[in-house]
Amino acid sequence: MLLIPCPWCGEREEAEFHNGGEAHIERPKNPDKLNDEEWADYLFMTSNTKGVYLERWVHDHGCRRWFNVARNTATNAIITVYKMGQKPPKGVR
Amino acid sequence: MKKYSIFSLARNALGFHQGWEQAWRSPDPKPAYDVIIIGGGGHGLATAHYLAKEHGITNVAVIEKGWLGGGNTGRNTTIIRSNYLWDESAAIYEKSLKLYEGLSQELNYNIMLSQRGVLNLAHNLHDVRELQRRINANKLNGVDSEFLTPAQIKEMVPIINMEPNARFPILGASLQRRGGVARHDAIAWGLARSADSRGVDIIQQCEVTGILRDGGKVTGVETTRGTIKAPKVAIVTAGHCSVVADMAGIRLPVSSFPLQAMVSEPVKPIINCVVMSNAVHVYVSQSDKGELVLGAGVDGYTGYTQRGSLHVVEHQLASLCELFPLFSRLRIMRMWGGIVDTCPDASPIVSKTPVEGLYINCGWGTGGFKSTPGSGWVFAHTIARDEAHPLNAPFNLDRFTSGALIDEHGAAAVAH
Repeated sequence: MLLIPCPWCGEREEAEFHNGGEAHIERPKNPDKLNDEEWADYLFMTSNTKGVYLERWVHDHGCRRWFNVARNTATNAIITVYKMGQKPPKGVR
Repeated sequence: MKKYSIFSLARNALGFHQGWEQAWRSPDPKPAYDVIIIGGGGHGLATAHYLAKEHGITNVAVIEKGWLGGGNTGRNTTIIRSNYLWDESAAIYEKSLKLYEGLSQELNYNIMLSQRGVLNLAHNLHDVRELQRRINANKLNGVDSEFLTPAQIKEMVPIINMEPNARFPILGASLQRRGGVARHDAIAWGLARSADSRGVDIIQQCEVTGILRDGGKVTGVETTRGTIKAPKVAIVTAGHCSVVADMAGIRLPVSSFPLQAMVSEPVKPIINCVVMSNAVHVYVSQSDKGELVLGAGVDGYTGYTQRGSLHVVEHQLASLCELFPLFSRLRIMRMWGGIVDTCPDASPIVSKTPVEGLYINCGWGTGGFKSTPGSGWVFAHTIARDEAHPLNAPFNLDRFTSGALIDEHGAAAVAH
């Protein structure tokens, strides 16, 4: 069971949260200009990193707010959390 | 390779079992091979076996960073079935099941295949309709599948909870009689022994650290035991496929998740088939040792830790007790996790890649064990002929660009 530090509520058990997949995947600015490869990359491809992974979580059984987490997928250590819209802190990876 | 038989058993018994030869060699890697297979799990070993047997390509190395079958091959719940909804999936899983049926003879190694039947339960009207749709689709594809009424289920599994006040009443089930279980270690060992006897080098404790390329063409691999050259390299690393593909600059639509399983203390024979339930979310069978083998859910986040969270286990055991109240005092002996590589459409990738001479077989997710021989068979064809077999042509990497997905999510009788 992960202990996830919600930026608003503090440390809570993983069961209160829901994982929202990889963070910082931006919807294309000009969708009608994209070719099929670029759509495939946006829709389906993932980094699936072994190591520090940037991902989104939502505290859906708590404050219901989204935030970003940098977690090491090889050890489950949570490196840091930061708010939506923010860039990952420098040196996190 | 010395043949295993009742006579070899008797002969070796007379020699106090000191005369058995090693099932496969542990050679040092040669400087070059015709084909390098990265990953010594069931799928990689099956690929090597069929490359040698079906295509006569024996100058092959299987490179494994740990030991044979120590990853998902030794961590699954050993269930085999082929009752998938879509034509493409039914065809490849049915091919695999047919190969399983002859595998003990083919390998001269007892894989302990037990076709005891696989039940998938329906708990509401929608489940029943989906189930019947799948049964009909299976029949059209020549896959054995039949509907069982609650009374027939009770007769087959007397210990199941059929009380009318059950929270999740059982309204029916699909049954694939040819489905069942097999000994997962034996499959890895039997395939390794067969491939080795045909000249394949199986190199354990050797990790691939880089994939060598020259102008968009693969030339070999960098490993912890030096450089090994080959014009063809095949990635069969399941949960770690993204990590290895990244060495060749290939991005995959794969996410790796921990999938948990566990066994109970051994008890006398009490359940003689495999029972799976989507809605209550449990799958259970009994091993030859008497342990209940239980499969749990996938954790909700990417991970490589080979262990999952405890609340998934708690949910799993609650589900077990819902269906089988008499198991409530049974104790769990061991639990573990394997890293499953899942695609957005819950179907595998068995394909060529944009790099010439580089092939990939991954994304089997929670269906890897049952597909082991079929996956190896089509992948060996793809590598040997440099083109996909009709069975794996739909499972190419390009489908995520073309949009021709094979959406088995919830359609394939999967329990998660």
